[in-house]
Amino acid sequence: MNNTGRPTSPEAANMNERVTVSGSKGLDQAENLIFEVGTPERTGVDLPEPKGRPSRLGNHARQGQIGLPGLSEPETMRHYVRLSQKNYAIDLGVYPLGSCTMKHNPRLNEKVARMPGFADVHPLQPVSTAQGALEVMSVLSHWLMTLCNMPAVALTPKAGAHGELCGMMAIRARLDHDGASHKRRVLVPESAHGTNPATAVQCGFTVDEIPANAGGRVDMVALRAKLEGAGKDSDIAGIMLTNPNTCGLFESDILEIASLIHDAGGYFYCDGANFNALVGRVRPGDLGVDAMHINLHKTFSTPHGGGGPGSGPTVLSDALKDHAPVPYVVKTEDGGFDLVENPDEKSFGRMCAFHGNMGMYTRSLAYMMSHGSDGLKQATEDAVLNANYVQASLSDVMTTAFEGTCMHEALFDDRFLKGTGVETLDFAKAMIDEGYHPMTMYFPLVVHGAMLIEPTESESKGELDRFIQSMRSLALRAQAGMVESFKNAPVYAPLRRLDETQAARKPILRWTPPADVAEAAE
Amino acid sequence: MSIYFTEDHEWIKVDGDIGTVGISPYAAKQLGDVVFVELPEIGREMDKGDEAAVVESVKAASEVYAPVGGEVTEVNTVLEDAPETVNASADGEGWFLKMKIADADELGALMDEAKYKDYCDGL
Repeated sequence: MNNTGRPTSPEAANMNERVTVSGSKGLDQAENLIFEVGTPERTGVDLPEPKGRPSRLGNHARQGQIGLPGLSEPETMRHYVRLSQKNYAIDLGVYPLGSCTMKHNPRLNEKVARMPGFADVHPLQPVSTAQGALEVMSVLSHWLMTLCNMPAVALTPKAGAHGELCGMMAIRARLDHDGASHKRRVLVPESAHGTNPATAVQCGFTVDEIPANAGGRVDMVALRAKLEGAGKDSDIAGIMLTNPNTCGLFESDILEIASLIHDAGGYFYCDGANFNALVGRVRPGDLGVDAMHINLHKTFSTPHGGGGPGSGPTVLSDALKDHAPVPYVVKTEDGGFDLVENPDEKSFGRMCAFHGNMGMYTRSLAYMMSHGSDGLKQATEDAVLNANYVQASLSDVMTTAFEGTCMHEALFDDRFLKGTGVETLDFAKAMIDEGYHPMTMYFPLVVHGAMLIEPTESESKGELDRFIQSMRSLALRAQAGMVESFKNAPVYAPLRRLDETQAARKPILRWTPPADVAEAAE
Repeated sequence: MSIYFTEDHEWIKVDGDIGTVGISPYAAKQLGDVVFVELPEIGREMDKGDEAAVVESVKAASEVYAPVGGEVTEVNTVLEDAPETVNASADGEGWFLKMKIADADELGALMDEAKYKDYCDGL
């Protein structure tokens, strides 16, 4: 290397950790909190002072300044654009999160959702003026019921856990209707989603946990023992099972599980969060499922980064359909559509003020209709193929948690890191330097140092190969003893290692102004 | 005073009919930095294997089970404000609770220190 001139290798330049005066790293612009960028004294919009309107709030009217920062338009724009550029998104790269499917949201969905009549429909406008929107809900219901082979669907639940609540409330309503209110025990396998036991308890059930077997699936010996001799009149209300489960495995004993539960007079709730591994290949209705929520925001590609909006329609079996919540769409005799808003004596009532997340309905129906039934099936197959490709391509340098093929996500444990000094957390941080959002780590809990990777069908083979190369090189680097490069990671992120412990122990939830600003505001 | 361990990595130090319960240094290391500890009410009756406390770390939330049956007589309130004590001294100041042991025979099913060490080495 020529030490006197400019560095001739890019590595040498990158090692030079120079601190800039602005805090920016070239195109990676430093950005403070919006409260630090603007001040309450400034405004970007010159509005006339309001006058002649006394407050009608009485003692409740705000007495002092609220202290919101004022920014000019370019400052505001730059603030949010800079933040967005620090963000990682599915539109930017592979997002192998696992446990929460992050797949491409086709732009066609967005175009359809923005059409007037869908985008600006109001929940209180007369039904006669919203026939198109109601038809979308009706057709969407038809698709969901057909894909699941189930006779009814409640569209209104706003997210997965809300859908679970819907299904469990329907089960409870049915039990109460049948005079079986003593049936309150819900079995929840260890391999189920964490929200499942929470939902059961929220509905007034007690939770009875079933362990997983060595293969990562429901331990049938334990389940049979629990249900031994439990007749129709037992205290069993049902089971909440996630399929494919949190280990990315198909519950291969699902038919026997369904019949055992039904024999005990219980109902079968299936957590359908991972339905994207089954669509077009398996119909839950054929498996004996009584209720299952479908995450439109995962399986049918509507965007849900940043926590929303979601949509968790819940399909219901013949046994539960009469207890479905209102509102729902019905066809009228003249070929139009109407909304049933008032619950009859069997319906358990209402879950939302209005009709659910319309924007998710239009997006997911656009996704379904543009794919067609054959396309949906292929998407499922590609998702499972991609996950297995990742698993197979990494299994010689990383350790898979369970034997055999997986469904839509590949699960690794940390045995391949044993003795290297590198932990799952360090490995995930090093992935950030490689330009990837880390996968889910330390979950499911039944797997030590778990790494759960879900590539989805969105990724091409080329994109997957690039990802696999990065993962392989990280695994080999860890095994070669290069611990430091992991402990220091991430190096190329806007911020380095964050103090997650203090963030959990003593979170700073409120911005407080520096003293001089506070004085000036008084 | 003798000490016993469970397969779920709780320890119990026995002094007369009073047992002090905590989690092992191995468990504390596996959990990572502890950020929250939920302790039982004093006077609660527990059977062996009942959920006695909850310990939450940056990685996960886990239950701490009663190693034997008995009644809670004292809890370590230090952990409420300083959960990091569990990491600093899992087998000492980071104890969770004291209990009046109902049936000392239940201790026989637990591991002694040497056996527990072998058990952890095998994991």
